[in-house]
Amino acid sequence: MSKVLFVEPEKCTGCRTCELICSFTHVGEFNPLRSRVSVVSFEKTGFSFPAVCQQCSVAACMQVCPVGAITKDQLTGAMKVNDKTCLRCKMCTIACPFGATFYDGEHDAIIKCDLCDGDPECVKFCPSGAISYREAYTANRSKRKATAAKFQEVFEEGR
Amino acid sequence: MNGWMGKILRVNLSKGTIDTEALNMAYAQQYIGARGLGTKYFMEEVDPKIDPLSPENKIVFMTGPVTGTFAASGGRYNVVTKGPLNGTIAASNSGGTFGPELKYAGWDGIILEGKSETPVYLWIYNDQVEIRPAEELWGKDVFATTDMVKEATDEDAKVACIGPAGENLVKFACIMNEYHRAAGRSGVGAVMGVKNLKAIAVRGTGGVTVADAKGFLNVAITARKKLIEHPVTGQGLAAYGTNVLVNILNEHGGLPVKNFSEAAVYPRAEQISGEYQTEKYLVRNKGCFGCTIGCGRVTKIPQGRFKSSGEGPEYESTWTFGSNLDIDDFEAICKANFLCNELGMDPITMGGTLACATELVEKGIIPRTTADLHWQDKTTLVEMVEKTAYREGFGDQLAEGSYRLGEKYGHPEYSMSAKKQELPAYDPRGQQGIGLEYATSNRGGCHVRGYMTSPEVLGLPEKVDPDTTEGKPALLKVFQDLTALCDSAGICLFTTFAIGLPELAGQVRTATGLDISDEEYLLAGERIWNLERLFNLQAGLSAKDDTLPPRLLNEPMKAGPHEGNVVHLDVMLPEYYRLRGWDENGVPTQDKLQQLGID
Repeated sequence: MSKVLFVEPEKCTGCRTCELICSFTHVGEFNPLRSRVSVVSFEKTGFSFPAVCQQCSVAACMQVCPVGAITKDQLTGAMKVNDKTCLRCKMCTIACPFGATFYDGEHDAIIKCDLCDGDPECVKFCPSGAISYREAYTANRSKRKATAAKFQEVFEEGR
Repeated sequence: MNGWMGKILRVNLSKGTIDTEALNMAYAQQYIGARGLGTKYFMEEVDPKIDPLSPENKIVFMTGPVTGTFAASGGRYNVVTKGPLNGTIAASNSGGTFGPELKYAGWDGIILEGKSETPVYLWIYNDQVEIRPAEELWGKDVFATTDMVKEATDEDAKVACIGPAGENLVKFACIMNEYHRAAGRSGVGAVMGVKNLKAIAVRGTGGVTVADAKGFLNVAITARKKLIEHPVTGQGLAAYGTNVLVNILNEHGGLPVKNFSEAAVYPRAEQISGEYQTEKYLVRNKGCFGCTIGCGRVTKIPQGRFKSSGEGPEYESTWTFGSNLDIDDFEAICKANFLCNELGMDPITMGGTLACATELVEKGIIPRTTADLHWQDKTTLVEMVEKTAYREGFGDQLAEGSYRLGEKYGHPEYSMSAKKQELPAYDPRGQQGIGLEYATSNRGGCHVRGYMTSPEVLGLPEKVDPDTTEGKPALLKVFQDLTALCDSAGICLFTTFAIGLPELAGQVRTATGLDISDEEYLLAGERIWNLERLFNLQAGLSAKDDTLPPRLLNEPMKAGPHEGNVVHLDVMLPEYYRLRGWDENGVPTQDKLQQLGID
């Protein structure tokens, strides 16, 4: 079994609790720009989207790294950055299709989600359940079931 | 520096100067932050007797020590100034992310003084601060202004601005941040308007640290857990927003109808309720910074003559444009509310003033040739909101608020206000305690200066009899002091449904390292309350202003659960003064001031 960090933007209220606990856990201060998850909010329409590393199996960040500083954690599957060998060339931040690998300019560091070694803090404190950490096969099960329920409703009404 | 950032930004708009000052730590330790700290700075620098719309008035934006941290619902800031609506100390509070962003830029607060010759906006990028021309922004509504300022600065900048109402010095103009959140009351937007300050944009790349990381996390997690598990903050407000109160207050018999002239029971309340809003118009829930509650609503009227969308309406706006005007059309209410946001006006006073005007017209006091107002007239409602912001036609009279309007026509008694600020959505004849709260609020008619609906209607922390005066002065005093502490910390008042002094004080203590007892933190709340009182007394207010409209004192409630009741202010007020350590004229005694360390 393998677990995934699963984001449901439709549940996100844009409160940015995830950014706060993430930056605090990793660097000891409350600073959204040092968080590994970044909530993109369209202020006018109130829509928010927590952008976070998807831990791709074919990871552009890993492939593009010239020194092999990004490797897959065997326990959690997280793509982790080796701070010692990393050149700060920032190619990974360019390669990531989601913009979810970040460069912290003030502290000269590449930062990205490390799944908190298998116990993600953002998941613990997200008040609306927009970020969860669960077995891969359950991740979008609720969406399948909602679609099925809708189909059943239409189908049975039609009879 | 922990919790606090240690820096105040001072901008003189007359001279065009920008200065950095170290935070006065003696003030910070005595007055905590946001509302309290802003008031302390303001009182040290401004003569309470000045005209609020003169260049001598200042406007202070202040965050709290936990603003921008993981504290439960800890993202708020306060705007402190002398309020143009009624000349009292104005401390207007807003959520969203503007406050946290200001701290990430390195500032506890901004003190704005003087008056610019031409329209300007302020752009703060960390410690780089510029006063920029805003001629092109002048005349634009809140949405267009925010769009344009973000475009000119940084798309992730947080923008607080005024709309046309603030420019036109509408006495109840507000300051809007991030399009939809408002420092709503007392007319703080008109102070920005008269200073020719259209907007403040801020972007910060730093962070906030706390003194005791482990301790802070523990108490913040406890607070968050309590909020999530509590029926009001975890379920009611989360599920239906503040509009959950429509049905609750209506069942209580406290939802005011037609300028408080009828029994506070609205037969068609269901059609304007949070349940109805959720079922028919809700797009999604929205949370302020760091908030577990997420009581904000994104609402959309998809079609028809009131087609519109935005955040809200909140309970107060729903009531003020709803049962207070005998309007049962939720779509019209939404339209009026969204217009208020776009034009930058306080809906409570807007609706209250329109209700007063309608009653004056219906009674023949204002001639129909001047304003042809009727109850239930939703078309005129939308028209009047727009006209008020631009001071067109009768809107120019509405823009002065209900008290001045009533006074102009010789009948200020129909202004349902306290200290000339319009009352919110709770008929105090159905709640004795909130009557005392309205009468003694330092900014005039207000429900969030010690929310007595909590014990009297919701039964929190425990149910008290709403119809008795007994024990209310003592209870209100604690609520007022605790609220002052909460507002000054930078925490949302709604948290106090579920958490109390230990969590409030605990979060501030562990964030700042200010190691004083819970009781001393509550005493800071009392200190803040008394400082605000002193401002008002020095501004010329007195005990005679601690009162309510005659209707609420003399005209018994016509029907419903509180039929026959009036507010017994005469019973409660002397006891309140005594408990506060004030003399019979409502003036704090020397002993009290000494105890509080106010010189």
